[in-house]
Amino acid sequence: MSLGAVNTGLTGARALQAAGIGVLLILPFLGGSDYFMHILIQVLIWAFIYTSWALMGRLGLVSLGHGAFMGIGAYTVVLLWNFLGITPWLGIPIGVVLAVLLALVIGFPCFRFRIVGHYFALVTLALGEVVRLTIIALRDHTGGSLGLTPNRFGDGTSWYALQFADKEYFYYIALAVWLAGLGIWVLVDRSMMRYALIAVGEDEGAAASLGIRVTVQKLRITALSAALTALGGGLYAQYLTYVNPSIVSGVTVSLHIVFAVIVGGMFTAFGPTVGALFTITLSEILRISFGAQIIGLDLSIYGLLLILFIIFLPKGILGSLQDLAAKRAREAKAD
Amino acid sequence: MLELKSVSAGYGSFQALFGVSIEVRRGEAVAVIGPNGAGKTTLMRVISGLLETTSGEIAMEGRSLLDIAPHEIVATGIGHVPENRRLFPRMTVEENLKMGAFAPAARGKYKERLAFVYDLFPAMMERRNQMAGTMSGGEQQMCAIGRALMTGPSLLLMDEPSAGLAPVIVQQVFDLVRRIRDDGYTVLIVEQNVRQVLKLVDRAYLLEAGTVKSGGTAEELLGSESLRKAYVGI
Amino acid sequence: MAFDIYLLEAIINGLLLGGVLALLALGLNLIFGVIDVIWISYAELVMLGMYAVYWLHAYYGVPLVLAGFIAILGVAALGFLVHYLVISPILSSPPINQLLATGGLLFFLQAFAMLLFGNEFRNIGLRLPIIVIADMYISFARLLAFGAALLGMVALYLFLSRTFIGTAIRAVSQDREIMAIMGVDTKKVYLITSAIGGGLAGLAACLLVLQYDVHPDVGLSFGPITFMICVLGGLGRLLGGFIAAFVMSQFITIGGLYLDLEWGYVLAFVFFIGMMFWRPQGILGTRS
Repeated sequence: MSLGAVNTGLTGARALQAAGIGVLLILPFLGGSDYFMHILIQVLIWAFIYTSWALMGRLGLVSLGHGAFMGIGAYTVVLLWNFLGITPWLGIPIGVVLAVLLALVIGFPCFRFRIVGHYFALVTLALGEVVRLTIIALRDHTGGSLGLTPNRFGDGTSWYALQFADKEYFYYIALAVWLAGLGIWVLVDRSMMRYALIAVGEDEGAAASLGIRVTVQKLRITALSAALTALGGGLYAQYLTYVNPSIVSGVTVSLHIVFAVIVGGMFTAFGPTVGALFTITLSEILRISFGAQIIGLDLSIYGLLLILFIIFLPKGILGSLQDLAAKRAREAKAD
Repeated sequence: MLELKSVSAGYGSFQALFGVSIEVRRGEAVAVIGPNGAGKTTLMRVISGLLETTSGEIAMEGRSLLDIAPHEIVATGIGHVPENRRLFPRMTVEENLKMGAFAPAARGKYKERLAFVYDLFPAMMERRNQMAGTMSGGEQQMCAIGRALMTGPSLLLMDEPSAGLAPVIVQQVFDLVRRIRDDGYTVLIVEQNVRQVLKLVDRAYLLEAGTVKSGGTAEELLGSESLRKAYVGI
Repeated sequence: MAFDIYLLEAIINGLLLGGVLALLALGLNLIFGVIDVIWISYAELVMLGMYAVYWLHAYYGVPLVLAGFIAILGVAALGFLVHYLVISPILSSPPINQLLATGGLLFFLQAFAMLLFGNEFRNIGLRLPIIVIADMYISFARLLAFGAALLGMVALYLFLSRTFIGTAIRAVSQDREIMAIMGVDTKKVYLITSAIGGGLAGLAACLLVLQYDVHPDVGLSFGPITFMICVLGGLGRLLGGFIAAFVMSQFITIGGLYLDLEWGYVLAFVFFIGMMFWRPQGILGTRS
């Protein structure tokens, strides 16, 4: 392949990206139904959360407790609004700060004492349970497992309260946040942090002897991941105007996050987004086709597919497609 | 009895053995000597099926070992005393020995062989209820040999039985090996302790960088000037 | 301060709860120790066992003890299948993939139970007496569960220490690779271990169904605590898990006495996280 071909390849990708963003920008004007917009917003918010998880997951830090950060983000904003009248514009950052603090409190000893693999997964799982159960136990304020609705402000559309009657507003907010998430992914991907952490993932002892400050690097990426997840949680609560412990916190949510990322592909920027698109579309199709008549069939198929993915496509949809493309390219070159 | 014909093997992309051919005849004691990383342990591991060969042939009593599952190789009469002993540290001596008699054919003879091993190593009898991991290195080696004998082998593979032991203990371990071979076992032993091991074997192969550099009777090898300079240090 | 009868009652209840938790931890630890994989869906096997007892006894009128035995065998078979179908194809993948595959199984089993049995809470409808000792109320069901859990553990102990295959199971957990030169087919040992792990889940199911309602999500209420117990005791360490079960159950019942039940769990989890930093390898574990 000549240098020129590489350049056209790059400009081609750029043009595709620009076209994609253009389509996404005008999408609300194409007259899609409210349901369609609802699915799109869900995909964008979850894609953002999945991307946040994958920032650390791809480096071997498999957290089963991201529900904790999401729950903190979601509940902080709603509780501050309902009880103290603090605008989500402040509430979301406060939730993010709390999530980061929690991530540091848990992360520091974990990384300091080299708690990895199974142990890290289970410690974070415990963390997710602590947050979920704390939310339930504080039922006088949080409504326990029944959940909580943020107080309506005025006629239901207000930038101050971050509440909108029309879905278009949230669509653009979610789109901006999702794009920012991808941007952060790319930045992290390009920075030295990534090389350092990959070195850490491969051989912690060797990396440490090379002068990479393992604990600090891991903490930075964990704090970033927790912050973005909390932001996603806060946004999701504002969008749904409802939170309950089982949709924003707990083991189930944490596992959903991990699965979607694995299904999409953990190691590429768009992988988590493909995961969100795939899992949400699939569960909607299954729910619409069977859900009303037979409760549980949709999730049964969903669970089964997840097992099959992990067994047969551990690199996820996008990762496997890329491998296939690379193989094709090699074969073409060989011819 | 045991025959390897141009066996190659390795770990992933790293090749450790390059067309190794050796032979062990019934009743013999044969040593494989050579420097660290020459592939000696790898050789032992391919014989007992812990590692797959990439090419070549291995046969025990004329029967190919390559198409037998690793856990079935022991039934052909190959007992393996692995490198670093590899006892089950949180199990008693007797339980360790019991594992040697796990194979269905060996299980029926468990009591009989246990008595035989205790007879051979009275120290193991005394320590039979002690956790294997808490014993000294020499005792652990005894237990590891005993465990291999429990499989009822006709050929005993011994991988560096003297490694990591104090000099006094090393001598005891070599006495043990001598007793085993005097008891009529065929022995294939891997050692870095060249001078000592050549005193108790009939023949030896010199393995270097995954290939057999030379072979012959123990006397021939001891007489070889280059070998003596390189490995024996006299 | 006066002698607190409620505290004593909570401690006794904690002890009884600890028995069942110890049984669960034992099964999970056994599987982890031997196969080096965590079944995140372990509590969902228990849930299916509870449904089995419920349907057999309350719906088809099978005598309770017989229903229990059938459930134990059924869940043991399920454990065998979990290994055969889900774990063995990815045995050489990174451990985290195995953990996540069983996580997929968790979703599947939950949803499948929903599909088969519906969303209702179901109760076996057995009314066991409450024993009153010196103003303390002790549930007979709990006492029975505690006794049966202890019996189950003793039986497992005898099996692991007295039989060839039991000893081999322990040996595999200490040195997997070397078992081949003992003539042991580790694949078979894995399958047997998975079936035993399933059987223990089945036994726990029989004991839990006496005390709690069955629901497709019931596994989530004692799954996480079981994982924490296993890690706290040292993953794969049977005795460590046994001790940890009783420690954690005290947190739950005593915490639940003075605060809400959820706070008891929160305390237990916070204690667990704290312990991880003090003894990351668990109470009895050794660092590899």
